[in-house]
Amino acid sequence: MQKINYQVNEKGYYGEFGGAWIPEMMFANIDELRRRYLEIIQLPEFIKELDQLFQDYVGRPSPLYYASRLSEYYGTSIFLKREDLNHTGSHKLNNTVGQILLAQRLGKTRIIAETGAGQHGVATATVCALKGMKCVVYMGALDVQRQAPNVKKMKMLGAEVVSVQSGNKTLKDATNEAMRDWIKNPEDTHYIIGSVVGPHPFPDMVARFQSVISREIKAQLLGKTGSEFPTRIIACVGGGSNAAGAFYHYLNHNQVELIGVEAGGKGVDTKDTAATLLVGSPGVLHASRTMLMQNRDGQITEPYSISAGLDYPGIGPLHSHLHKTKRAKYIATTDEEVLKAALLLTRKEGIIPALESAHALAALEKLKLNENDVNVINLSGSGNKDMETYLNAFNF
Amino acid sequence: MKNRINHLFETKKNNILSVYFTAGFPNLNDTVEIIQQLEKNGVDLIEIGMPFSDPTADGPTIQHSSEVALRNGMSLNLLFQQVKEIRKFVHIPLILMGYFNPVMQYGLEKFCATCKETGIDGVILPDLPLEEYEEHFKKFFLMNHLHNILLITPQTPDDRIRKIDDASEGFIYAVSSSSTTGEGKKVEDFNREYFERIQRMKPKNPVLIGFGISDRETFLNACNFANGAILGSAFIKAVQQKKILKVAIRDFVKSIIPPQ
Repeated sequence: MQKINYQVNEKGYYGEFGGAWIPEMMFANIDELRRRYLEIIQLPEFIKELDQLFQDYVGRPSPLYYASRLSEYYGTSIFLKREDLNHTGSHKLNNTVGQILLAQRLGKTRIIAETGAGQHGVATATVCALKGMKCVVYMGALDVQRQAPNVKKMKMLGAEVVSVQSGNKTLKDATNEAMRDWIKNPEDTHYIIGSVVGPHPFPDMVARFQSVISREIKAQLLGKTGSEFPTRIIACVGGGSNAAGAFYHYLNHNQVELIGVEAGGKGVDTKDTAATLLVGSPGVLHASRTMLMQNRDGQITEPYSISAGLDYPGIGPLHSHLHKTKRAKYIATTDEEVLKAALLLTRKEGIIPALESAHALAALEKLKLNENDVNVINLSGSGNKDMETYLNAFNF
Repeated sequence: MKNRINHLFETKKNNILSVYFTAGFPNLNDTVEIIQQLEKNGVDLIEIGMPFSDPTADGPTIQHSSEVALRNGMSLNLLFQQVKEIRKFVHIPLILMGYFNPVMQYGLEKFCATCKETGIDGVILPDLPLEEYEEHFKKFFLMNHLHNILLITPQTPDDRIRKIDDASEGFIYAVSSSSTTGEGKKVEDFNREYFERIQRMKPKNPVLIGFGISDRETFLNACNFANGAILGSAFIKAVQQKKILKVAIRDFVKSIIPPQ
């Protein structure tokens, strides 16, 4: 059997997915990035500074926690990779720390970002404060309302939060507006994309910064079980950055099952879903050829999920490729299943997960789990930001 | 038959006026009348906008017209139906402009063939990069005598302008400044150095300047540096403000073209 390549090729493709479908107005910036990113992020002094920040600022390595009561409940072994314990409460900071160091070395002085739930916005505003850079975060007007605490955090951190009024006023529209900003500010600005989406080299670059997750899982699992290789790794997928990071160092080890969990919303057979791989088709959005939720005419349709962080009609090209080649398996869990799973983890382990991460937990109900299996779940974020949703759902 | 774009530039060298409008705006069935009125009032070239849900290179005006057009029910299928007979009465060059995804879903090969049948002379797809075009799609354009119009910007280095000029037929679309559509810099801030750089390079293709051209002053200023200019957002605002399309178009074109 021919060995399948899961790394990006020199044109920015994973199989048939990816590329840089940019208008000429973005060419200079993207061209500079793709020519220089590998050389910069492999510089010894870059690696040294990044590792130091990961350790002392982000708080890495994040623990790999054996969830004994949850394991007992499901009759299997379950480890949680505690990305929720990172500074700012999610895996998002791994990427923004990496990209801000890159932006500095490119001589940029102004940072822009898009955000949905506000986690990436907060993580970007945080590193901009750390490095004294000007920061503008684009956020859909609807999300500004839904995620008020994160908006306040970004403002306190010194970022300007632009409330985006176009389209449906959510993550897709925020991304459109950030891209327009980059077109208008081609000289001094770096765009910190928050997921493994967008034009090459962003999907590869973000995956590399997030790959610290699986690098640590390998070492931690070896210490705890005597093997680097679990039976399976489970992670939620919106754009797909935490899953890309959790899968990264296992991509070429076919004995490890990789499970991506999409936001089913009210069900993948309804209109109210964000399960792009399960209901979408190939197309071009945000400068990438990937799987999209769209109508027959190629207009992008509005996704729906209880979690603002997974509410995106596209997905990173790496995941489209892993789906197509069947290297990873993608399933969806519904809002209802997700809420139950969040409460279960809270009551069994005393950990309140982010709504996004609870999608991965809900998958445990759908998978055939054996007693001797070793399951790793990437707990990508903390539930602090979701307390209002939880309180409304459970009527405490 | 010779491509009408080439014919235009052979017969007219200066002050070429190209107008962009979004198909399906303000009303779904305005397409044919807008094209006819633009030609009648002396416009040289028309760019018919194919609306897309996520127009990342466009400013607020075209975002809005695209949204309205889609809400009105515009699609590529419908647009081709509307302009099916257009060549019976319209003779100036027609270009389709829009984003790649709707064209991809329609099928690029079929799209190019339908353009030829309809009498479309060129296509502008800003998010179809030169490299993808040359590798995968050029053959379909050539087969159907359809020109792919490419963009350059103030950030485009000389060697890339050369490459784009070599790959172009018809004309080069020079984006006036770092901006999305309708938000260009004011006339006094015009990037003189950039336009002079293009002139010095003596491209083999004619050049039209677009983005931020909004009135006679900016139009004529652009014409000093190129063969002509493109107006889009300003035209959309004009048809939006006046109730009678015919009057709006007549007044708009009159406000741009200098009196003879």
